[in-house]
Amino acid sequence: MTIAVEHKEPPRVSGGEEANGHLEELREDPIALMNRVRAECGDVGVFRLVERDVVLMTGAEANEFFFRAPEEILDQAEAYPFMTPIFGEGVVFDAPPERRREMLHNQALRDKFMRGHASTIADEVEAMVAGWADQGEIDLLDWFAELTIYTSSACLIGKRFRNQLDMRFARLYHDLEQGTDAIAYVDPYAPIESFRRRDAARVGLVQLVEEIMERRAASPPVEADQRDLLDVLMSITNEDGSPRFLANEVTGMFISMMFAGHHTTSGTAAWTLIELLRHPQEMELVGSELDELYAGGAEVSYQALREMPHLESAVKEALRLHPPLILLLRVAKEDLEVDGFEVKAGQMVATSPSVSNRIPEDFPDPDTFLPGRYLEPRQEDRANPWTWIPFGAGRHRCVGAAFAMMQLKAIFSVLLLDWEFELAQPPDTYRNDHSKMVVQLQQPCVVRYRRKSGSRRSGPASR
Amino acid sequence: MRVSVDLDLCQGHGVCEAEAPGVFELGKNQTVTILDDSPGDELRSEVEAAVRFCPTSALHLTEQE
Repeated sequence: MTIAVEHKEPPRVSGGEEANGHLEELREDPIALMNRVRAECGDVGVFRLVERDVVLMTGAEANEFFFRAPEEILDQAEAYPFMTPIFGEGVVFDAPPERRREMLHNQALRDKFMRGHASTIADEVEAMVAGWADQGEIDLLDWFAELTIYTSSACLIGKRFRNQLDMRFARLYHDLEQGTDAIAYVDPYAPIESFRRRDAARVGLVQLVEEIMERRAASPPVEADQRDLLDVLMSITNEDGSPRFLANEVTGMFISMMFAGHHTTSGTAAWTLIELLRHPQEMELVGSELDELYAGGAEVSYQALREMPHLESAVKEALRLHPPLILLLRVAKEDLEVDGFEVKAGQMVATSPSVSNRIPEDFPDPDTFLPGRYLEPRQEDRANPWTWIPFGAGRHRCVGAAFAMMQLKAIFSVLLLDWEFELAQPPDTYRNDHSKMVVQLQQPCVVRYRRKSGSRRSGPASR
Repeated sequence: MRVSVDLDLCQGHGVCEAEAPGVFELGKNQTVTILDDSPGDELRSEVEAAVRFCPTSALHLTEQE
């Protein structure tokens, strides 16, 4: 006699009776929705997003299944319809694991380029603070978003291209990121203001890139060692001699190359600073660590690659509490079984860094900023590889994680050695805006800066 | 000691190869190949560094009986 094993349908979360299911709640308070799924349903629960069920997995066991699943089973390409109008048709959101490994090896993220990148990033921060008075205020969203446009374009495309950019590029890029309303699950081209701005921004970016390409085409060629990725792309021709890539395609490639590392790094830099300012004793530890590391006048390009346990822990803790991506999505390509529950082909499958990163069994005192949890012997990130997931995990783990950590160490090396910061608003008024799939700080998010009086590195002659 | 790799996690960053070149090698398919899965004690510090600094925590070290 054979026993047919019946897998149950996973439980459904309350609410979502509207035609679009839980869409409105996802647009208003996604974290509350996802926490409710876990509270009501456990590790596997379902909410409804327009036409599809989303099976949300949380907890180590379900997350491990999610992150280990190969591409053929859980597909990423279909899961993010809001990215297509941003990248342009035909530019893919993500590559399969083998292609990702190849990219990692052939391109700018390779370990051996890190030192050069660290120096580039330090220069970009110096250039931005060179415009500061002895004291003043910055808006964290605007400031870090602009900085990370310059750092990511300089490191990933090349310094020559970065030097042809200004704030216009950063502003347009921000409009693109804001064009990620979950209404895209109904229609990625719905007639709403943020999508109109998104489309206008993409046109604007193509224009900027086209101007740069025209200027280059009209100028004498540069030395081989000065050439950047744009020069290389412009030099590729079809058989009839016409250019292989036009401005529209080049812009699409650049937008997609910069996308993963931009709002993520920008937001993490801002949250690290906010949390350190909310926790002065942690700021003290980070400050002493930096003072010690740079006491001998070492270069940022060198130190940013070395270990900085306190700063790294502060960044990790900012990432745990405020992960830049709050919901990771896939589409099931076949019927599956997870934890005794069935997932049907065509359903979406998701996991949430925001929820998993705060599971109290794995992260005691989960809502408190405690960088000490990463120090030996606790090492709660390594102890919980499937629930400490600000960078995801497994096959699709962020390939830029090491670059991101180096970048943040370089940024804070420059900022915290020379400058003191303080919150310009009540501490609890710094929040994320979750109304878009790309999470950003909610404005206002202002801090004050003041040049340190005894700064070893103060003045332009220090470098 | 014995080293093992979880190939679902390896992304081929190559940090292990840099730390302990005789023990790890990036293969043609760009994930790691373990050249010596029970390296001698004289390699302990290199191997421990490779395991510790693996960006994806794909490497594991167990003590042999």
